[in-house]
Amino acid sequence: MPDQRVVDPEYLILEAPRERKFITGSQAFAEAIKRANVDIAIAYPITPQSETMHLVGDLYAQGYVKDYYRAEEEYGAMSAIAGAVRGGARAFSATSGPGLLRGLEAIVSWPGHRIPAVLGVMTRVVNAPLSIQPDNVEISYLLNCGMIVLHAENQQDVFDFTLAGFVISEKVDVYIPVAVCTEGFFVTHAKGYVNLPPEDMKLPPRDPYKAPVPPTDCEIPPARIQRDAPVQKSNFMSYLIHAVWQQEIWSANQRSRKWIKHYLGGLVEVVNPDAEVFIVASGCAAAQGREAQRYAEMEGLPVGLVKVKSIRPFPAQEIREILKKAKAVIVPEHNIVGWLAKEVKAVIPNSGIVVDGPRVYGGMTLPVELIMEKIYEALGVKKAKKTVV
Amino acid sequence: MEEGKIITPGPAGYKPEPAAFLGVDLPPPGKALLYGEIVDEEVAMREAAKAMLTRRNPTIFPGPLVLWGWNASAMEKAKAVLELAAEIPNCRIIPMPDYRPKYPKIDPEAEINPNHPNLTILHNKIEACIFVGVHCHYANLSLRMIRAGTNCFTIALCAEMGHEDAMVSLRDVHAEEIRKFKEVLIQVRKELGIEWEPKPPPENPSLPKEEWTTVSPLDFGEYAALLIPRRGEVVEETE
Repeated sequence: MPDQRVVDPEYLILEAPRERKFITGSQAFAEAIKRANVDIAIAYPITPQSETMHLVGDLYAQGYVKDYYRAEEEYGAMSAIAGAVRGGARAFSATSGPGLLRGLEAIVSWPGHRIPAVLGVMTRVVNAPLSIQPDNVEISYLLNCGMIVLHAENQQDVFDFTLAGFVISEKVDVYIPVAVCTEGFFVTHAKGYVNLPPEDMKLPPRDPYKAPVPPTDCEIPPARIQRDAPVQKSNFMSYLIHAVWQQEIWSANQRSRKWIKHYLGGLVEVVNPDAEVFIVASGCAAAQGREAQRYAEMEGLPVGLVKVKSIRPFPAQEIREILKKAKAVIVPEHNIVGWLAKEVKAVIPNSGIVVDGPRVYGGMTLPVELIMEKIYEALGVKKAKKTVV
Repeated sequence: MEEGKIITPGPAGYKPEPAAFLGVDLPPPGKALLYGEIVDEEVAMREAAKAMLTRRNPTIFPGPLVLWGWNASAMEKAKAVLELAAEIPNCRIIPMPDYRPKYPKIDPEAEINPNHPNLTILHNKIEACIFVGVHCHYANLSLRMIRAGTNCFTIALCAEMGHEDAMVSLRDVHAEEIRKFKEVLIQVRKELGIEWEPKPPPENPSLPKEEWTTVSPLDFGEYAALLIPRRGEVVEETE
């Protein structure tokens, strides 16, 4: 077993000295798992997730993760995660695109079953024709199940969100799973600087008795208080308990706001809050949006950036407040449906100021110039188009 | 809803919004919730005491975390709950021993169940109650359903962070804090001029008197079938 000491989560996440490394997003996931005192990791390989779970498998071989196996497929993997977590283990899995959709029935039942786990989602195309390239439309499939959905902009976010994800999901007033999403390849297979706390430190082990539900029990009375969960026996239960149960999951989702603020510095990050035009973006699009904001600043244009770290819970109040005086809102995205633009439109009173796009999908990159064009349009800046060929 | 109060006794309606959707946050350590507002613990304790002393049929609902002797602190907490019950005039104890749905229906005089807690409240005309030792998830479900359909004043003595849907919610409550609440209750009782000699609450009507002389599988009640098949019983399939 590696020589690691248990430290307080507050210290490990917020205070411990950090060393700068140049690593891929997949390595950033693995570095977080190394420090998270994970009991079991279960997954089925799929590009671009495979590298992450390969690295987590290496951690198992080195003794950082106590158990590890490759499931039959994603439905089996995600069901096994539920079983392991209800049995008291701290568990991690990851998947991508079609794998996420295959495991979705099991995954969307995690919140209702109070499964505090972390799921890495390395996004890729899910539509036919088949492609393994980046596209984050799959995140939209996670938005209505009750789980916490974080969207990482870069390798540093991947590390921070994953490590904090375990702590947040295991808070007694939260106790629902956390999805740490990021763009496949753009983040998982590219290197970036990541500040890492010492690798000889780890989170305390999960305490399954510090929970809003009893851990799954054996058949010994009087402990058999959970196995026949009412949610599985709809003919024995009232509609009202199902309704209040759903309310409880979304209440738990709301309660996670204070922990996301505490461990990750807020649900959003704002650059130039006094701007007239805002780029609102998440994940990789936020990285491109950050560049566009920087270009705009160099040109003296009043442009700001709102990076949305948490898609669920959605920072409705924060966005409403920041965009109060905005004249235009540009929402660049890596998908065709524009799920983030819809979210933003839904929480502000003047949704007409939201510019749909720019959007790229099917594996295309998102050039900063596309965002700049929207900025110029919004501010009425006339620029001559260059003909390259 | 009473002015200035977010969470008040119901009936709040067919499907009321949960308190967390209404902006009620759980209190930080050392604080409590009173009608959805964060207040000092003592202020909340006094209001809870007043409700248990003045409203009809005050009842304590202990959950598995105090009913079963999991560990020394659970046993100590159970003792403290009994001491508290003894100080509340005509207080009853109705347990929530587990969370499974009961088919075809529960005995509302004997127990409360999170799948239909309103049945026990309405049957016994309970207008003030304390949840203690109930796992937070099930307490939240129950508190919401009680607020929806009854006029019961709910008090949550939570070992964790508390419950937004209770009228009074105290957090980090263990045996010591229950005894502190008991002292506050005795003080409020004196201020209200209520005469009462402490005495234990009545026995649960559904339980046969325990002789403490023999132990048999039948002492496990409905769980006995899990231990040993009944004579002549053939178990052909399991769930």
